[in-house]
Amino acid sequence: MTTRLIYFAWVRERIGLPEEDVDLPAGIETVADLLRWLKSRGEGYEHALQYPDVIRVAINQEHVEHREKIAGAREIALFPPMTGG
Amino acid sequence: MPAAVVPTVRIQREDFDVAAEIARLTQGRADIGAVVTFSGLCRDEQGALSALELEHYPGMAEAEISRIATEAVQRWPLQGLTAIHRHGKIAPGDNIVLVVAASAHRQAAFEAANFLMDYLKSRAPFWKKEHRTDGSEGGWVEAKEADARAAQRWKPSE
Repeated sequence: MTTRLIYFAWVRERIGLPEEDVDLPAGIETVADLLRWLKSRGEGYEHALQYPDVIRVAINQEHVEHREKIAGAREIALFPPMTGG
Repeated sequence: MPAAVVPTVRIQREDFDVAAEIARLTQGRADIGAVVTFSGLCRDEQGALSALELEHYPGMAEAEISRIATEAVQRWPLQGLTAIHRHGKIAPGDNIVLVVAASAHRQAAFEAANFLMDYLKSRAPFWKKEHRTDGSEGGWVEAKEADARAAQRWKPSE
């Protein structure tokens, strides 16, 4: 199944893409697994996800914890802590 | 039982008019005794900022602020609640965010507006990037620990 990944702010700048569609390999079950896998995909990803603990994640436009399962996610967004308001 | 208040949430590039937004909640009714507004403006502390650029997550920005606003109308007896957040490039002195809370009495309006802003700061998907007067990019504004703590204080105690 194809999953759409969306990136914002410095995560987007460091990865060099606003979004992409990926086929997740078997064994990627949680958000933490996804971050670990993405980090190994190249220099930009490594730079963006150097400290995975600070990365905030939303599945289908709702905030989730890194232990959350990603089965069935259509859209997963990765971004830094928010600074609106 | 009165019908539940449905909050108004808008994410927009253009500016907003504070007086017009208050009037939208109060016009034609006499049961509102208190309106609290909070306006957040683009601030420049050292004269070095030419603009803040606000990036947002379209769709989720509306959804998340609506979730927070819905929680506010469930927690406090409000007659109206509006939240507007701008995106795009915003110059120092210009508006970024507006919250308007209307209630019979001031306490609920103050608390609901305060709660909404505290949660919006740490949960609404917006990011500020600085643009400097010398033409350089000033980088992304860092999230403040104090904002996260401010949101924590509204958690019901166990």
